[in-house]
Amino acid sequence: MIFKKFNIENKKARDLIPQAITVLALLSVIIYFATNAQINMGNRGISFGFGFLNQEASFDITFSMIEYDGSHSYGRAFLVGLLNTILVSAIGIFFATITGVVVGISRLSDNYLIAKVAEWYVEIFRNIPLILQIFFWYFAALRALPLPENGISFYDISFLTIKGWYVPKFIWTNFNIFLLSVIAAFILIYFINSYATKQREQFGKQIPTTIISLTTLILIPFITFLFLGVSLTFEYPVLKQLSPTVFTYAGGVSIIPELIALALALSMYTATFIAENVRAGILGVGKGQKEAAASIGLNKNQILKLVVMPQALRIIIPPTTNQYLNLTKNSSLAAAIAYPDIVLVFAGTALMQTGRAIEIISITMLTYLTLSISISIFMNWYNKKMAIKEK
Amino acid sequence: MIKSIKTWILVGFASLLLVACGQGGGGAGSKKSKTLENTKKAGFVKCGVSQGLPGFSNADASGNWSGIDVDVCRAVAAAVLGDADKVKYTPLSAKERFTALTSGEIDVLARNTTWTLSRDADIGLTFVGVNFYDGQGFMVRKNSGINSVNDFKNGISACTNTGTTTELNMRDFFNSKNISYEPIAFEKADEVVQAYDAGRCDTYTTDKSGLAAQRTKMSNPDEHKVLPETISKEPLGPVVRQGDAVWEDIVRWSLNTMIEAEEYGVNSSNASSLKDSENPAIKRLVGAEGELGAAFGLDNDWSLRIIEQVGNYGESYKKHIADTGILPNRGPNQLWTKGGILYVPPAR
Repeated sequence: MIFKKFNIENKKARDLIPQAITVLALLSVIIYFATNAQINMGNRGISFGFGFLNQEASFDITFSMIEYDGSHSYGRAFLVGLLNTILVSAIGIFFATITGVVVGISRLSDNYLIAKVAEWYVEIFRNIPLILQIFFWYFAALRALPLPENGISFYDISFLTIKGWYVPKFIWTNFNIFLLSVIAAFILIYFINSYATKQREQFGKQIPTTIISLTTLILIPFITFLFLGVSLTFEYPVLKQLSPTVFTYAGGVSIIPELIALALALSMYTATFIAENVRAGILGVGKGQKEAAASIGLNKNQILKLVVMPQALRIIIPPTTNQYLNLTKNSSLAAAIAYPDIVLVFAGTALMQTGRAIEIISITMLTYLTLSISISIFMNWYNKKMAIKEK
Repeated sequence: MIKSIKTWILVGFASLLLVACGQGGGGAGSKKSKTLENTKKAGFVKCGVSQGLPGFSNADASGNWSGIDVDVCRAVAAAVLGDADKVKYTPLSAKERFTALTSGEIDVLARNTTWTLSRDADIGLTFVGVNFYDGQGFMVRKNSGINSVNDFKNGISACTNTGTTTELNMRDFFNSKNISYEPIAFEKADEVVQAYDAGRCDTYTTDKSGLAAQRTKMSNPDEHKVLPETISKEPLGPVVRQGDAVWEDIVRWSLNTMIEAEEYGVNSSNASSLKDSENPAIKRLVGAEGELGAAFGLDNDWSLRIIEQVGNYGESYKKHIADTGILPNRGPNQLWTKGGILYVPPAR
């Protein structure tokens, strides 16, 4: 019956069959693995469930951006690990981008020394495995730092030691008002810039937006200090003796060396790839473009900002997105040097204490997937924004 | 429209077949696990050990494993296969060990693993006994002026391994003393040693036997000392998968045989000559009386082979822990007849 009416000459059906078979085959494989795991777990008396996320974690974590101690739940510990992963990735991406852009442009410099140094930097750091670089920064570079009692002091308000970098703690009053003022400043800057663009496009008028924007950003929050009761005091780290030869710092904020080493290694490594992207992007813009821009009277900065960069960015963004994703995933090497990221805290300690390997690994994989997809979506949006708009 | 629905039915039928096959394959695991038969068929015991802890399980330059944990696996191999050397060792991190056991990659886990309620009851494991009574301690620098855990003050930083009971005990301890501390947990012991040695932390905490063993890896071992206090009970012992009672008994009684042999003064050199001993307990141990092996499906010389090829517990301890300078004093790991707490049920 089915076969009689099935018409192979129907193009729609022909296209559909292979796709449907692929989807169903994939589904069956997943179902097969799930069923298999379930049967095997059943045989070995292992239960499956996510109830453990509400149980007390009863282990502590060195470094947390939210309130946490061992009396909180495994779910909370997961959140601590996730935030730490996001933190080190964000710091890494920030510095990798800055370093990458600077090095990439430097490689094209007319100055022989600058260009060579940049080239060597790229060749050295991209050719050494990342895990070795992490060990290098953590065990070799940071090992050279002094013990707390001999800490490197910055004007006696900040100290760099082998136990971490102790910086003053900000103590705000009316922080919310300050935050609102910063947001307000950014909204204002957005309107100033779109007004300036309109002026430029319609009347050819140049408005110094950089200076105006900066002034706005400083002035508006500053007003809240003067009139709206916002204030800021600092709590400085103070050397504290724990025993005849053991010292530490009390007060202030401690930036743990694990975070410093990991962020350094990740950004130094990823910056080399971004530098190459930047170089490729700039070289990809035709020489004629620059000459044409110069011939209509734009100065060097304007050429870079208005003509070269917008075109170069189209080449730079897609491969740089890959690097951002790589950096985020590479941050999972944190476990090697005890930075409490999601792998160490959740897929490490929590997995061990609960024995829930399948649940925890699935959650961790889903988390990385979500993180990566979020970065991808954002970068694709940015890429679209920067793409050629044919008029 | 009708056509496309029929296509779906066709493809759906095909995929159902696939799924059905899949379940058939999965069903193979639902038979009762026969670890003993599989071991005899493979010709070796699959044993999970540490990644290198002197005295317990440590590989030398040519890859030969030794230690008191290794001896448990050797005893099982001697009992089951007749040759203590027929063991395949799998080095495992603290994190991997239980998954390796429950998934069947190994059949005996002898990796200085603490016996706790949640591990025993919760995650498909069964602890068969204790081959080392340990407790968690602290190591500090000698010049630190810290002579007892009571000298710890707020802000102390402590290095340890992640994925162990140590992390939990540390929290319980510092909480009970009301001391705020900075916990720094590494995945591998080598990195803990390096970080502590560099001065990243003020104290290093793990099982006392581990501290004694790791101290030898410091750049200058004499600069460090272990504080006298013990903050936890750490009964370390071999573990098997839940659900194979016979295999569980074989591993349990392989260990018990070693301890019982020491109690009755039977060792690797005199075992075979004691076949005609006056003492029936000794005769049972060396297989000259009773049919004890039959209970596990083994011959009657299984325990004799353990004693001859591996030695009794005292020999094993002396060779791996005492003579290597890790813990010369047996402390609680002495027989109950000599003031320790090693006490095993009688083999009869």
